[in-house]
Amino acid sequence: MRHPVLIAASLLLLSHSLSAAGIPDSRRAELLSLLKHDCGSCHGLSLKGGLGPPLTPANLQGKPIDFLTATILYGRTGTPMPPWRPFLSNAEAAWLAERIKEGVQ
Amino acid sequence: MISRLFTLLLLLTFSSLLNAANWRGTGDLGVVVERADGSLQVIETTGNTILGRIEGLGDLSHASAVFSRDERFAYLFGRDGGLTKVDILQQAVVARVVQSGNSIGGAISQDGRLVAVSNYEPGGVRIFNADSLEMVADIPASYGEGKQSKVVGLVDAPGNRFIFSLWDAGEIWVVDMSDPAKPAVEKYSGIGRQPYDALITPDGRYYIAGLYGEDGLALLDLWNPDRGVRRILADYGKGQQKLPVYKMPHLEGWAVAGKRLFIPAVGRHQVLVVDTDNWREVGRLDVHGQPVFVMARPDGRQVWVNFAFPNNDTLQIIDTQSLAPITTLKPGKGVLHMEFEPRGEEVWVSVRDIDRLQVYDTDTFARLAEWPVLKPSGIFLTSRAHQIGL
Repeated sequence: MRHPVLIAASLLLLSHSLSAAGIPDSRRAELLSLLKHDCGSCHGLSLKGGLGPPLTPANLQGKPIDFLTATILYGRTGTPMPPWRPFLSNAEAAWLAERIKEGVQ
Repeated sequence: MISRLFTLLLLLTFSSLLNAANWRGTGDLGVVVERADGSLQVIETTGNTILGRIEGLGDLSHASAVFSRDERFAYLFGRDGGLTKVDILQQAVVARVVQSGNSIGGAISQDGRLVAVSNYEPGGVRIFNADSLEMVADIPASYGEGKQSKVVGLVDAPGNRFIFSLWDAGEIWVVDMSDPAKPAVEKYSGIGRQPYDALITPDGRYYIAGLYGEDGLALLDLWNPDRGVRRILADYGKGQQKLPVYKMPHLEGWAVAGKRLFIPAVGRHQVLVVDTDNWREVGRLDVHGQPVFVMARPDGRQVWVNFAFPNNDTLQIIDTQSLAPITTLKPGKGVLHMEFEPRGEEVWVSVRDIDRLQVYDTDTFARLAEWPVLKPSGIFLTSRAHQIGL
């Protein structure tokens, strides 16, 4: 049986490329604040890790955007990582995955 | 000549009187963490005012503080491993060490001479001289084959001991620092999966770790350590699907009201009520969201609860006698922490997303004061200096 995250990731492969462009600036600011403060409650305010792993480019090397997007949307079974799907669209999750991957200040 | 001497004497007396008027105690002071800016606001609870700001404390996300027994110095534990000693009266940093790569909290010893920090990276506990911040002991949380666990739920306990839990290893360790040169470590393994935080009861007798990885809590009776760690509330959520957890609950703001212990249920919109005589569940209160802090007013008559994202704009107050909700407040988005004044008539609340610090009357629930403060999180009053486990 395939891992649900992988299945989700392959589905997303199709969708994400047409995504991020449509996110307005005000929503981008909200998303960055969510990343800093709410993701940050487990991954650290500067995303250098806490109870959750660091979300730094170095630590995420080899993890494709789609995998990260799927993790954000669906969470990770067997870990405390929750699904953020109730609060984020696919495009927003993909946009966040890109920001994390390139490094956020 | 005599008149000149008299004038001088008068001047001296007058100036020392002036000085005396400037002297103040610290029993009504406290600090509020500005988590994003690495700064503190120094607050005063007699007139409810902000006295000043201290900067340069590094990454203060998830920062907490303990106090020296003279209530003059605060020790701040930052996320970036920074341990900072602050003079509250002078509003200045007096010592600072970056002692690890990633830390999560700390405690001050019974005798006030040692400050311990719990670290995620490298996993373990480091103990420092409270005066100089020189390291006294390094205790790696080693387990399995060459692995080091993240450490959570660090508290002080009578007997100059520190107690903490190992998130990855599922263990509780008790470190006796009676002889600071020879830390004596007692380990309890197999206590349950993923302890996420812990509390010690106000009498210093019971250490209780909450478990994320399974239902229930792990309890260690420090008066009877030979009985080992036992599980309580093992089946509070049996057969039910847990909700996703958007913020880990906290236990360190213990809520023991009379013989009842109030604790946040993990992954449920519930507060659990436990009888501390037999550690059995006596009630389960449905609340507004997943609780983060469940804190008793100092007299134990009310319990105040805040909630995880996305329900973090709300505070609920519960009557500890009837177990019925008294009222609900909406301070604003991002209610992160609350701290009662020592005798409980007022409570300070930090509201992160709207950058506000607020004070409420705990009898009328009226908002008494509000200030703009940058991304406030933890609020710590000096009265903690004299409470076991805080």
